[in-house]
Amino acid sequence: MDVQSRPVLELAGLHKSFGGVDVLKGVDLAVAPGELVFLIGPSGSGKSTLLRCCNRLEEPDDGAVIVDGENILSPGCDLNRVRQKIGMVFQAFNLYPHMTALGNVALALRKVQGMAKDAAEAKARAALARVGLADKAGSYPAQLSGGQQQRVAIARALALEPKIVLFDEPTSALDPELVGSVLAVMRELKIGGMTMVVVSHELAFARDAADRVVFMDGGRIVEQGTPASVFGAPREARTRDFVARLAERG
Amino acid sequence: MQDGWARFAFAYLNPEVAAEWGPKILDGAFVTIQLGLATIAAGLALGMALAMLRASAPRWVQMAIVVFVDIFRAWPPLVVIIVLYYAFPYVDLPMGAFTATWLALSFVLASFAEEIWWAGLQAVPKGQWEAARSTGLSHFQALVWVAIPQAVRMTIPPLLNRTIAIVKGTALGSVVALPEILGQATSAMSLAGNPTPLTLAALGYLAIFLPVVILGRWIERRFAWKR
Repeated sequence: MDVQSRPVLELAGLHKSFGGVDVLKGVDLAVAPGELVFLIGPSGSGKSTLLRCCNRLEEPDDGAVIVDGENILSPGCDLNRVRQKIGMVFQAFNLYPHMTALGNVALALRKVQGMAKDAAEAKARAALARVGLADKAGSYPAQLSGGQQQRVAIARALALEPKIVLFDEPTSALDPELVGSVLAVMRELKIGGMTMVVVSHELAFARDAADRVVFMDGGRIVEQGTPASVFGAPREARTRDFVARLAERG
Repeated sequence: MQDGWARFAFAYLNPEVAAEWGPKILDGAFVTIQLGLATIAAGLALGMALAMLRASAPRWVQMAIVVFVDIFRAWPPLVVIIVLYYAFPYVDLPMGAFTATWLALSFVLASFAEEIWWAGLQAVPKGQWEAARSTGLSHFQALVWVAIPQAVRMTIPPLLNRTIAIVKGTALGSVVALPEILGQATSAMSLAGNPTPLTLAALGYLAIFLPVVILGRWIERRFAWKR
């Protein structure tokens, strides 16, 4: 396989159980460069666990997680180095409350990448500008709206120039009127060619931004395809039920 | 009644006794301040080191830290002072009254500080660690740059109260003849045959610790922040 078409992220036979409960029962998934993969499924289906296995916030029990050609589960893998290639955006934003927006974005640049203060802050400002928050660099998280906080969190991930960004229900904690601003940033990223895996219930967003929709249930991938095929003509009964319920909810 | 007040004033508010023994109390005040500052510095530094170690070390080290801090939280500080001062010379570790009091209070303060900061670290949401680790920070970097600053801020009020309570224990040094304020006052009292030095001691402690209490209140307000 040549470098161009090599998947940015590849999961093979991924297993994970918590206290005897199998949450992932052998998941295979390859994400191509620039692809936006949308992960849906009922709660408890393993979506979040899958995402969290991709940067080893959860330790998979078995299988392979290959990021940019490197199996990050291999014993010699420098996890802190490889994690810089994998941005992650959390449902609860998880901004550091004692630091400004700028400080949040610059922290890893300085401490992990060893950049000088000025250079790190310049890069952090650029990342904040990318999410439309250039004027909020000096604000603390508590002074920002939920949508703004989540965009700062996205900037924090972007500043490290990751190969892929994982979004774990990025809009679920937001008031409805703030969801749009975050989705707009994600759309911009997609246009800019960022590879993304998104766990979310924002169907409308999935319809027009996702390249592929993956439906999970019971720790397995049940069905996947284009948004039109998965939402419009699901093959599996479980997918049909879930999509119908999602559609009802709006 | 009139008579009672006069006798009280002669005993406790005697200007001649105060003038004669005031300088001695002042000497004691300097010892108290030195000991207090040394205790705060050593106690908080050791407490932070223990909390960080407990957050990073293997299980048996964690257990050892818990045993250490539980023992020093259980022992009355006075007992620790007396043991260090009277017993340690037998194992060829003789120490002066200042060192014994300083060590004892530092261990006690370190133990309480460790426990308070540990509780603060436990209260830092797991998501903070995950965010930090997901950007490539090591466990130690996440601890230093993300978790500890939050734990420290959260625990300022209990830590200040505990620190003030323990540093006031410098007065216990008088038991091992440390010439701090209370020690000076009690010896002056017996030499003068008048308890006015005690009044001076009370005023001396106020002069030292009231500003600390007020400073503590200011720090609490200054560093309170909304999540």
